[in-house]
Amino acid sequence: MKVVLDGLTKRFPNRNKKIKTEVVAVDNFCFEIPDGTLVGLLGPSGCGKSTTLNLISGLEKPTEGRVFFGDTDVTEMAPEDRGVGLVFQNYALYPHLTVQQNIMFPLQNFRGEKKLTKEVMLVRSLEAAKLVQIDGLMERKPNELSGGQQQRVAIARALVKEPKVLLLDEPLSNLDARLRLQTREEIRRIQRETKVTTIFVTHDQEEAMSISDLIVVMKDGKVHQIGKPQEVYDNPVNLFVAKFLGTPPINVFKGRVKNHMIYIGDNAILKAEKADDGDVYVGIRPEGFIPDENGELEVNLKGLEVMGRDTTIVSDHSDCENVEIRSIVSAETKIDTGAGTVRFKVKPAKTYIFDAGTEERIYY
Amino acid sequence: MKKNNIKGWLYLLPAILFLSIFMIYPLIDVLIYSFEEGYNFASQTHNGTGLYNYSYVLHDTYFLQALKNTFILVIITVPLSTGTALLIAMALSSIKKLRELFQTVFFLPYVTNTLAVGLVFMILFKKTAYSDGMINLLINFFGGESVDFIDGPYWAKMFVLCIYTVWIVMPFKILILTGALASVKDDYYKAAKIDSTPKWRVFTRITLPMISPMIFYLVITGFIGAFKAYSDAVALFGTDLNAAQMNTLVGYIYDMLYGSSGGYPSYASAAALILFCIVLTITCINLMVSRKSVVKGV
Repeated sequence: MKVVLDGLTKRFPNRNKKIKTEVVAVDNFCFEIPDGTLVGLLGPSGCGKSTTLNLISGLEKPTEGRVFFGDTDVTEMAPEDRGVGLVFQNYALYPHLTVQQNIMFPLQNFRGEKKLTKEVMLVRSLEAAKLVQIDGLMERKPNELSGGQQQRVAIARALVKEPKVLLLDEPLSNLDARLRLQTREEIRRIQRETKVTTIFVTHDQEEAMSISDLIVVMKDGKVHQIGKPQEVYDNPVNLFVAKFLGTPPINVFKGRVKNHMIYIGDNAILKAEKADDGDVYVGIRPEGFIPDENGELEVNLKGLEVMGRDTTIVSDHSDCENVEIRSIVSAETKIDTGAGTVRFKVKPAKTYIFDAGTEERIYY
Repeated sequence: MKKNNIKGWLYLLPAILFLSIFMIYPLIDVLIYSFEEGYNFASQTHNGTGLYNYSYVLHDTYFLQALKNTFILVIITVPLSTGTALLIAMALSSIKKLRELFQTVFFLPYVTNTLAVGLVFMILFKKTAYSDGMINLLINFFGGESVDFIDGPYWAKMFVLCIYTVWIVMPFKILILTGALASVKDDYYKAAKIDSTPKWRVFTRITLPMISPMIFYLVITGFIGAFKAYSDAVALFGTDLNAAQMNTLVGYIYDMLYGSSGGYPSYASAAALILFCIVLTITCINLMVSRKSVVKGV
């Protein structure tokens, strides 16, 4: 089932009643999520990700705009009629019920024609449990399970009624680092197997990049960019998106364009045929540096971090916004640590310039 | 280690001292009195030991009346007050406007003096030569005949006592249950809503289990409180409860202690121990039931 958001807007009254202006949590969202894809809503805290999820689930009513599942307008539909499965951040498993009972709970709510017999319910809940690989824990109570297992139960409970859309609110935030890696692969696998359109919310860009078919980068209630993870990473539309994606983060320098050349300090580092003169931010991805004795960019060397597979050169530069510049080079590269400075050439494909005022990308 | 032990006991000493003088010693004393026949406070003498006191109390019609009254009171008021309090707490949790006002209104009986409330109940229920009381006016309005609730038939008096008790104990229960309801995380309700759970099922399968520890707490303390009821009956029917057939177990003990010509402390002690055993048994049963059915780890 594809999900279409059309001009979706949610405004909340200000908590401080004296302030009349409303808080815009979600501002005019227009995008389409194709059928059977895994989509990550990505953004810093308070950017409206969870509100968007609640609007899709129906737990919140939009101020303006419409939500479509396929061709059906579900905007006015109550959450229970929309056929969505929702996995809560803290799982919201019923603590007094066993895993089996938790998974069966949604099925027992079917009424009328859809009402199921006990046998069918048992079979379906076992299927859902097998899908998330917790069929051996059916008699346990939630507090006898680990965080990862609870997460699986919550996913099974959301999937058992065969929802049209599966929504996950910060699904990995309550897990430790190792489990997080495992569980995100798990979510990917489950989504592939069930082919259900899945939307998940996260503030962790690595999480979103690693498993999503599409990512939606948001900030302050606005969508900044939508696309395949690699495309968004390679072609950020503005400084925020460029900074938000990638670990280590992109290195941002204050620079300017003069006579179709990009300058950092007094060093002209690249040609920019199409860009007009003016102040810019220059963003260079960590993998965009090539150590070269005749390189245009000179930085003060602070140290090397040897990882085995590759080496991170840590340095700084007076025009750099970041505290330190991190550039990743292959482990074979020889760096003279005694010199105190390093010179780099930069890869044009990994170097972006942004308008100093609007922070929008300038294509050069 | 040993030094620490001594220190520990030293810290406990004041509490132990007070508890032993004012609680443990009297308890043992009551136990002894209950086996000493015809104990006299003034002369500190008794004329024999044995089970006669228990036998006397258990054959005393006043005691049996008090026992019956107390049991009726317990069985009617505990479930009724807990159930009604739950309904009111649910209603309070579901409204937004005027919620605080209603909360205050429902809590007022808790801070009002028992005897003052008793007076109000008298005005509402009592039938005098001049007036039939407000409740009777209502009954008359709907075509019924006046009943004297205060000096009339047994069932009418018991009815008033039960209503009165429920009314007095309810505010505390509402307070506790409103708190318990508020502590159930909203996510459970949202999850239930997404899964299109019918309202009654949300209540029986989610709300009720989640607040079950608090409900059991209220039931257990409710039982204990109702078994120890006394002042409520006095407030309504005056001090001569035996004559009004409205005595309770604690009332009986009190009457035995301070009744005619110096009282009968031996009988009072025996009755007190019987009450103690009843409360202990009921509480144990309650705890056993609650262990099985109360949700843990909420």
